[in-house]
Amino acid sequence: MCLGVPGRVLRVEGLIATVDFWGLKRQVRLDVVDEPVQPGDYVLNHVGFAIRRIPAEEIQETLSLYEELLRAGESDMMAADVRGEIEASPESADSGEPDA
Amino acid sequence: MPDESVRTSANELKFRDPSQARALADRLSGLCEEIAREPISVMHVCGTHEQAIAKYGLRTILPKSLDLIMGPGCPVCVTDMPEVDEAVVLAEDGALIATYGDMLRVPGTAKSLADAQAEGARVEVVYSAAQAVELARSMQQEVVFFASGFETTAVATAAIALQDDLPPNLSILSAHKYVPPAMEIVAQIPATQVEGFLAAGHAATITGWGIFEPLAERYKIPVVVAGFEPLDILAGLVRLVELVKDGTPAVDNMYPRCVTREGNRVAQEQMWRVFRTVGGRWRGIADVPDGNLRLRPEYAHLDARVRFEIDIRRLWQLAPSALAEKCICGAIMSGLASPSDCELFGKECDPENPVGACMVSSEGTCKIWYQYGGRPDL
Repeated sequence: MCLGVPGRVLRVEGLIATVDFWGLKRQVRLDVVDEPVQPGDYVLNHVGFAIRRIPAEEIQETLSLYEELLRAGESDMMAADVRGEIEASPESADSGEPDA
Repeated sequence: MPDESVRTSANELKFRDPSQARALADRLSGLCEEIAREPISVMHVCGTHEQAIAKYGLRTILPKSLDLIMGPGCPVCVTDMPEVDEAVVLAEDGALIATYGDMLRVPGTAKSLADAQAEGARVEVVYSAAQAVELARSMQQEVVFFASGFETTAVATAAIALQDDLPPNLSILSAHKYVPPAMEIVAQIPATQVEGFLAAGHAATITGWGIFEPLAERYKIPVVVAGFEPLDILAGLVRLVELVKDGTPAVDNMYPRCVTREGNRVAQEQMWRVFRTVGGRWRGIADVPDGNLRLRPEYAHLDARVRFEIDIRRLWQLAPSALAEKCICGAIMSGLASPSDCELFGKECDPENPVGACMVSSEGTCKIWYQYGGRPDL
């Protein structure tokens, strides 16, 4: 429950950022993030909120764990926790995906 | 030729950089040989650390003399029975309980929220506090957000509580826990003999690593903040064992890309505006002074404990399961026992039919060992 998932900021509108999680575009809240964010920044997100702007030069180390996990398949427990974190952020209106 | 000295787990996960993993493992072996006694016990306090350790089979490459144990790092697991009872009573009395999925099957004194749901109560799983707000907005019924998690998660609840357009039928039942005081309690348990702490990276993202300095000083115990990538964990362990070897009770940060000394001040400010610390029981462990986060009186209008009269005593007339008496979750979370020491583990107690809270949550030691294996016999 303290996992947190990194994503790349695409757009910022007030306290809402559109964040790309490996192709899934989600709306993340910026109420408690530590530094102002702008498009292109990476943020660490937990239960729908960005909690940390991650320095760009260090993002690859952070991403690799998650990329490994997301390859690990549907049934894996830790991968399911990562997906749960992404689910915590509502889909972005500009996701380009058809409505459910 | 495949590298035999760095094993990958049965899941065939690979280290990002196997040569670096081997170098770190070799360094750990060297340090433990120099210390020349065993066991050298170090404790981490994070379910996500345990997931990564178990999933990547990290214990198989650690020196035999190094005992890496999991402490009270699962907020769901340390949620006390009376806290679950409060949610059960509210659900039975007609409120809709919105809560994180792991909380559903945590046993209360007599029943879990899943049991109450099976009997007709309304319980909805949410991934975020914001989803609980949306639920409340979509209905007339009272919606109680049963909020669990450490400081990392409490800041999200705080941000929601600070919104000024909340629906009037929303309230918060806080079971949030605050980690630093619990580490202090564990440091005092003589039988645990913890010589160093690996602190959880994302909780420290909020609090900052400076928060551990009084603990290190008071108990003469080093603390190292580590990330979650397997190499992060190994690097954190190397630094921690170096400090143990040198007898230096310092705090060091091996996760600087996410953790600073002062932490996330914006988040802290909101968390402490909404919550205060209150002493209380952590399930199976101890009374932890300042270990619970409860809403401040200024937020009484959102506090389910103020809004409703919650009589949990009526549940206590129902007898708890006889199996529960054999459960050793408390000893496991205090670092005194492993899941494999429990006679119920994998037999009467499994993720389908959990007896103790540690088998419920994906951050519970028992469930993680059940899924990934824990300490394989080699």
